[in-house]
Amino acid sequence: MTASNNADLRRLLRGVTLPALLLAWWWAAFRFGWTEAVLVVPIEKVWDTAVRMSSTGVLWQSLGASLARDLAGFALGSLAGFALGIALGLSRLLENLVGPTLHTIKQISLFAWIPLISVWFGLGDTAKVIFLSLAAFFPVALNTFEGIRSVPRELIEVGRVFALSPGQMLRRVVLPAALPSIFNGVHLALIYAWLATLGAEYLLTSGIGIGNLLTDGREHLWMDQVLLGIVMVGLVGFGLNLAATRIETRLLRWRGNSTGQY
Amino acid sequence: MAHAGTLEINNLSKQFRVKGQSLDVLDNISLSIKPGEFISIVGASGCGKSTLLRLVIGLENDYQGEILLDGKRVVGTSLERGIVFQEHRLFPWLTVAQNVSLGLLNADLPEREKDRSVQEHIELVGLKGFEGAYPYQLSGGMSQRVAIARALVNRPEVLLLDEPFGALDALTRNHLQQELQRIWEQEGITAILVTHDVDEAVYLGDRVVIMEPRPGRIKRTVDVPLPRPRDRGSYAFAAIKDDVLAEFADTPPVALVTPPQTVSDWQFAW
Repeated sequence: MTASNNADLRRLLRGVTLPALLLAWWWAAFRFGWTEAVLVVPIEKVWDTAVRMSSTGVLWQSLGASLARDLAGFALGSLAGFALGIALGLSRLLENLVGPTLHTIKQISLFAWIPLISVWFGLGDTAKVIFLSLAAFFPVALNTFEGIRSVPRELIEVGRVFALSPGQMLRRVVLPAALPSIFNGVHLALIYAWLATLGAEYLLTSGIGIGNLLTDGREHLWMDQVLLGIVMVGLVGFGLNLAATRIETRLLRWRGNSTGQY
Repeated sequence: MAHAGTLEINNLSKQFRVKGQSLDVLDNISLSIKPGEFISIVGASGCGKSTLLRLVIGLENDYQGEILLDGKRVVGTSLERGIVFQEHRLFPWLTVAQNVSLGLLNADLPEREKDRSVQEHIELVGLKGFEGAYPYQLSGGMSQRVAIARALVNRPEVLLLDEPFGALDALTRNHLQQELQRIWEQEGITAILVTHDVDEAVYLGDRVVIMEPRPGRIKRTVDVPLPRPRDRGSYAFAAIKDDVLAEFADTPPVALVTPPQTVSDWQFAW
């Protein structure tokens, strides 16, 4: 095992310590009779529920449905945001036309759109995906725009000195220089989209998903199901964040240890 | 060997608009540069020497007068004129080799030729072995050397250098001046260096053009007829350097103390 593997392992163990301690405390509270509360259940019961729902397939169906909607909305919103961000970044005219409206709309809380969306699109999958696209759209659009506008003029001049065509300038100078900002936006969009997935399932209640598991559990006071839902949400969020960070490190390797050093 | 270009600057004038008023930055600059010549332009900050280079490279286009390369009017940027800026301006997301090959992106050569030229120029600036390094891994001096390789790789007719070593420490600067001297001799191109360092100007130039500010004008041109590589410690070098420096001094040069003529003029200590 190399030195860096050792360091990674140590960091992983340290990160896992707190959750492990919390779980141990939770288990001990019921095992040693510290509490008889009805609103929390022993950890074993949550595990049993997990096993049961997994074997009947309900758990995976719900998870699958939520993730599918999440990724669909994320992809749609990100692509639209990316396209608009580039257009606004490259054209001053467009920025003057569209910018003020965009900056105003972005202030509207996401959940304020729900009544409108539910009236136009119902309560099913379509409405949810549209809601998620909105959540993903704004961070990507704004960060892409910002990234393109912040390309250092010095690098553009180098492109001009080497007689780069406008297409080459965009592909080889502007977009790579804007990539850290764009990626920032995409990462945020990923986080917001998953948060919005849960919100969408609470408010647009038709269909299946993790959020629906949570609301069902609450209605019937099946606390084991509720707690399981929370654990699933946390795990998925953690997994998505980890994937995004890994990809970012890979793509932006050239930054080294400093940030923004042009 | 690259083909060295002949650069003619005739009655060049430029104004900038500052706060609604017109500011004269360059006033009637005329300069004739022979092919393969190395011209050093010295001047204090604000005398327009960087603006002059930006006009020649084609990054600024609004001026009066003419700039001719090989008899043809200069319009915008072109691969025939290269420039090294004060900051290295390397693309952080590209390796050394990829940065250098940027200069050949629009050149009309087969891929193999391009790769060979890139490798050649990386070795020319003394960075063999660093082809795969990223700019964040390089020191300031190394980055500037990559910038020089990038400017030379497509064999421009004229190489412009805008205070290229200004951002580096004194030791690296000294070393890179010698490197530049060697590279210029090897490539045989026309070069124009803008600097505020008189020592650098005299060390590298065949002629030193002295500019004065507000508005930018050519005050004088001093020839440097010394063999290369120049000895910075030689009397001739120092004399030419003093000559140039005198143009920037506010006080007249101090005269040598003349020894007393007669014994009666001597003062005894006791």
